[in-house]
Amino acid sequence: MPESDTARSEGSSGFAPAAPLELRHVTKRYPGQSSPAIDDLSLEVPAGEVCVLVGPSGSGKTTAMRLINRMIELTSGDIILGGSSVLERRPDELRREIGYVIQQIGLFPHQSVGENIATVPRLLGWDKARIARRSDELLELVGLDPEEMRGRYPAQLSGGQRQRVGVARALAADPPLMLMDEPFGAIDPINRERLQDEFLRLQATVRKTVVFVTHDIDEAIKMGDRIAILREGGVLAQYAPPAELLSRPADDFVAQFVGADRGLKRLALTTLGDVDLIQPNGLAPSGRRVPLASTVRDALSMILTAGGQPLTVVDDDDHVAGLVTLELVGGLLGTDGALDGALDGARDGGDGSDGASGAAGEGGRSS
Amino acid sequence: MIVLASAGPVIPVFGGAPSSYACERANRLFCPDWVSQNWSNVLWPALRQHVVLSVVAVVIGFVIAFALALLAYRRRAVERPIILISGILYTIPSLALFEILVPIKALGLSVRTAEVALVSYTLLILFRNIVTGLRNVPDDVREAARGMGMTARQSLWRVELPLALPSIIAGVRIATVTVIALGTVASYICDQGLGVPIFQAIQDGVFKTELIVAGGLAVALALFADGLLVLLQRALTPWSRARAR
Repeated sequence: MPESDTARSEGSSGFAPAAPLELRHVTKRYPGQSSPAIDDLSLEVPAGEVCVLVGPSGSGKTTAMRLINRMIELTSGDIILGGSSVLERRPDELRREIGYVIQQIGLFPHQSVGENIATVPRLLGWDKARIARRSDELLELVGLDPEEMRGRYPAQLSGGQRQRVGVARALAADPPLMLMDEPFGAIDPINRERLQDEFLRLQATVRKTVVFVTHDIDEAIKMGDRIAILREGGVLAQYAPPAELLSRPADDFVAQFVGADRGLKRLALTTLGDVDLIQPNGLAPSGRRVPLASTVRDALSMILTAGGQPLTVVDDDDHVAGLVTLELVGGLLGTDGALDGALDGARDGGDGSDGASGAAGEGGRSS
Repeated sequence: MIVLASAGPVIPVFGGAPSSYACERANRLFCPDWVSQNWSNVLWPALRQHVVLSVVAVVIGFVIAFALALLAYRRRAVERPIILISGILYTIPSLALFEILVPIKALGLSVRTAEVALVSYTLLILFRNIVTGLRNVPDDVREAARGMGMTARQSLWRVELPLALPSIIAGVRIATVTVIALGTVASYICDQGLGVPIFQAIQDGVFKTELIVAGGLAVALALFADGLLVLLQRALTPWSRARAR
């Protein structure tokens, strides 16, 4: 992980860049309520992976997240972070080692951007020079100009800038785990997509273990390495990588929650580079051009708007890689075997020879 | 006889230098000469006493109200009783309150009595503003402070109190102006402050210069203190004026 060198060199306060997280039979019962808010929830998040908690309101997804940093105390069960139980830690010390981003962000209005980012390092007693270096580094990491931004107050920022500062603040002390509660929920759709992409790029660099809460299944599929779908009453309905969730929903609840368009969502996880394109075989390529990195779903949309005409797929150097047609896409979806084969191949580390090359999950999000 | 008898006592005797005699005798409302001759021996000491009287009252009132407000912020149950008691203190007419306090042995006709009364008028204003300021801190900010690992004390001193400052200082401004105004009444029992020349003028009946000057000084002092507190707030809360660019 050479990309994380900067984060690691600054974060020398004694903990690893990422830590595995495990929830063991976690139950939360509020006094005076007959049914638990979280019911026997068990899941493991490997170090450096994004686990999305998703579900309808009342499913306890935010509660489950807040149990991890002990904003809420669990009733029974255990939560293991980096090998030791969070229950053995002092809550405030534990929280300093867990990045925390909430929907309203909660920047401190009376502090400048730089002071906001310095919050946890100050609590940890870093010296001033180190904090200043770290704060500038993080501003750059989230795509903000330190010179221009560090002295501003939150009231002087746009919604997107506030969100970025919120993420920088959560990352400041290089926590091994990040908790994000609908972090993009209050952002307009266009900026939300941009922030999601930015976060995925950022995550590819810092490789934190992330628990991400959302009610939006599309966001879950885009952001998650694994998705935990919770149903009402805090019961885990299914915990699986996005591709598996879409191809093999565990029950009707999951199928309904991921939506009737789960076929299209699967196409969105696959790029044209992952499928066997039709070779033009000497025919002059015609029709609209589409980059190899596009998702099959986008390609399908372009074919449909072009009245069903095939598209020419081109790589980064504008060389023709092949053609994509309506029939090809229909074949991927219709005969269930083709796309599932690719997805299985990706999961089992197989060769993906049965219709599409592997790594659909990875390929779909590396753009 | 009647003319002499009525003219005699109404001419004030103190500080009556010959040069201002004509003015006083003419019984005009305002005699500049009287002001310049009595500034250093009457007005300036009264003003200084008044400043001390007010500052002491506001500081003591703030310390008590601050402690009570923190208590009420943590334990909501005590908020109503505190508001009730300080509200009763606030509504007692000031002269009546002085009369109630004077018979108390430890107080009597002293500055202490005046201060107790003045402090009691600041409590409700200061308490309410401090509690309101703290309660108005946005929930997401409090949540973020806790979620990042601040202890309750760190969150209070580093986040919640700074954000409550505009409301707290607004309370101090009202309390200060109130105390400066009421402080003139305090002279009734303790012979201190700008109330002294005012009461003197009321007793004298006709000569109004000292009443006007002392009253004017009280108003000027209130405005000056208020302005000073505005400047203090600006210095302490630069963020409150930051707006989107």
